[in-house]
Amino acid sequence: MNRKRGPWRGIAPQVAQSGDPTQPRLTTSAMIASLASEGQRTSPAPFGRALVEVARNRPEIVGMTADLGKYTDLHVFGREYPDRYYQMGMAEQNLMLAAAGMAHEGFVPFVTTYAVFASRRAYDFISQGIAEEGLNVKICCALPGLTTGYGPSHQATEDLAIFRGMPDLTIVDPCDALDTEQATHAVAAHDGPVYMRLLRGNVPLVLDEYDYKFELGRAKLLRDGADVLVISAGFMTMRALEAADRLRADGVAVAVLHSPTVKPLDEATILREAGRTGRMVVVAENHSVVGGLGEAVAGLLMRRNVRPPAFQQVALPDAFLDAGALPTLHERYGISAEAMARSIKGWL
Amino acid sequence: MEARTTLANAPSLQERAYRIRRNALRMGEVQGQGYIAQALGVADVLATAYFHALRYRPEDPYWDGRDRFLLSIGHYAIALYAALIEAGIIPENELNSYGSDDSRLPMSGMAAYTPGMEISGGSLGIGLGIAVGMGLGLKRKGSDRFVYNLMSDGELDEGPTWEAAMSASHWQLGNLICLVDVNRMQADGASAGVLNSEPLAPKWDAFGWHVQRVDGNDIGALVQAFDAARALAEPKPRVIICDTRMAKGVPFLETREKSHFMRVERNEWAQALEALDAGRTA
Repeated sequence: MNRKRGPWRGIAPQVAQSGDPTQPRLTTSAMIASLASEGQRTSPAPFGRALVEVARNRPEIVGMTADLGKYTDLHVFGREYPDRYYQMGMAEQNLMLAAAGMAHEGFVPFVTTYAVFASRRAYDFISQGIAEEGLNVKICCALPGLTTGYGPSHQATEDLAIFRGMPDLTIVDPCDALDTEQATHAVAAHDGPVYMRLLRGNVPLVLDEYDYKFELGRAKLLRDGADVLVISAGFMTMRALEAADRLRADGVAVAVLHSPTVKPLDEATILREAGRTGRMVVVAENHSVVGGLGEAVAGLLMRRNVRPPAFQQVALPDAFLDAGALPTLHERYGISAEAMARSIKGWL
Repeated sequence: MEARTTLANAPSLQERAYRIRRNALRMGEVQGQGYIAQALGVADVLATAYFHALRYRPEDPYWDGRDRFLLSIGHYAIALYAALIEAGIIPENELNSYGSDDSRLPMSGMAAYTPGMEISGGSLGIGLGIAVGMGLGLKRKGSDRFVYNLMSDGELDEGPTWEAAMSASHWQLGNLICLVDVNRMQADGASAGVLNSEPLAPKWDAFGWHVQRVDGNDIGALVQAFDAARALAEPKPRVIICDTRMAKGVPFLETREKSHFMRVERNEWAQALEALDAGRTA
């Protein structure tokens, strides 16, 4: 396909006849659209607010960003501790190296940018500047997976695949506001480099209704069920819980195992739950089918000879995704709660 | 090691540079090859750094009061090992292990392997950005110590070098001294043909740096440049652009066809040491 000659990915208005032509099509809206569904409870800036709290008695914690403080909630930290806030400019490679230098001097930098820029642009500098030396730098990135409608330049659909290949890097993908807040505390207490996916702005609040606490390196069973085991990370856990509710109405019992630490995996818990007889295993993630939690779990089960009756992935396709409104895209690529419930039913 | 150069019986910087070159040749002989031309070329810069400018304690290489010295060009590890041996940070008897299995002296410098090696360089263009972070960190701690970053002219090809140059100036890092070894040679040939980075001084000046350009094989000029860089009151990062001659000190290698990875025959190492000795007092 020659992109310069088309076919274009968008559809011109005079051609678009799907749906009700009198209804306006959904719009992409802001760069960072909220993931909250209508009426859902949310909590503002959980990462920024948690970091302010963590840093109160930890003067060695500093914040550094590459011109995205406001879009990663690090500005909340910057307002509270202006002299500990480093605006490094739109230069992600230098951001990571400068953070390495700060860590060499005993500081604990929390650095923020978008996930696409940390993973694609700054990889070598995180690998050789930070991880190879085991430096205590926390890389916290907004717009993980498909959380913006701006298209592939901003959609980090392969960040987990990229970072899973980096030795000694801990990878965390929290689900909601509560998870993000608790993960921020845990990540700060951990000695070593961490990559954390960030939801920012008004972040859905879901896990407070469960008997749950974030622990680094641990997967937690949020609900049990005899027919299907969903293993999930990030906001897909929220979607899995919703899908499980829908499926219960159809008489399908779905267990949800939330595994926010993508690396190192909580192998014992995953093996235990996946080893229970008779349950299909579905791995759900806000990420490409290539190289994320799904393949990590699949590899683990194969290596340890745990063979569930079926294995499926709810994940994004291995493709450069469309631009558009998030609800449209989540439905299109099968990661909305409704689409997920449909898929699972089809697999049973 | 503070005030080391005031010791009346201390060897001259020329003698230090000679010994660094000698250590490097002896390591090169172990491998039969290596970045020996670069090591010989940069020896005077390292002698001036380690025996005139830097504050450090050989018995405690991570003493917090040390000046930091980053080797961005990991390939030059042979040169830095030679200096660290002369400085008493690495025992001389380790020299024979250079580049061997399980040695503390691998071919490319890494922090996890070698005492006194501050960072893992080698992914070229990595050092200056780390130096920016260390400079920020030292300022934050209220330390008056310097961060030195030794890089090559080849690393000027790398974009992050210029991100870091802009950043150092933005943050007014008067505690940062960058040493650029300009030997005009990189992996695929002469720097001017690979990617021309001249004119260097106006570039660094435009990025907001205090700039000096000196003959990097003239110890007198280097001492003056290091002194000026350290004494400058202006809160600007400082760069000393050092024009060096590859293989300096071994005339028959100086005139050999210039190569990034210079070939030295088995029987030539002894000759090289002899040639170096012959020029010792010159």
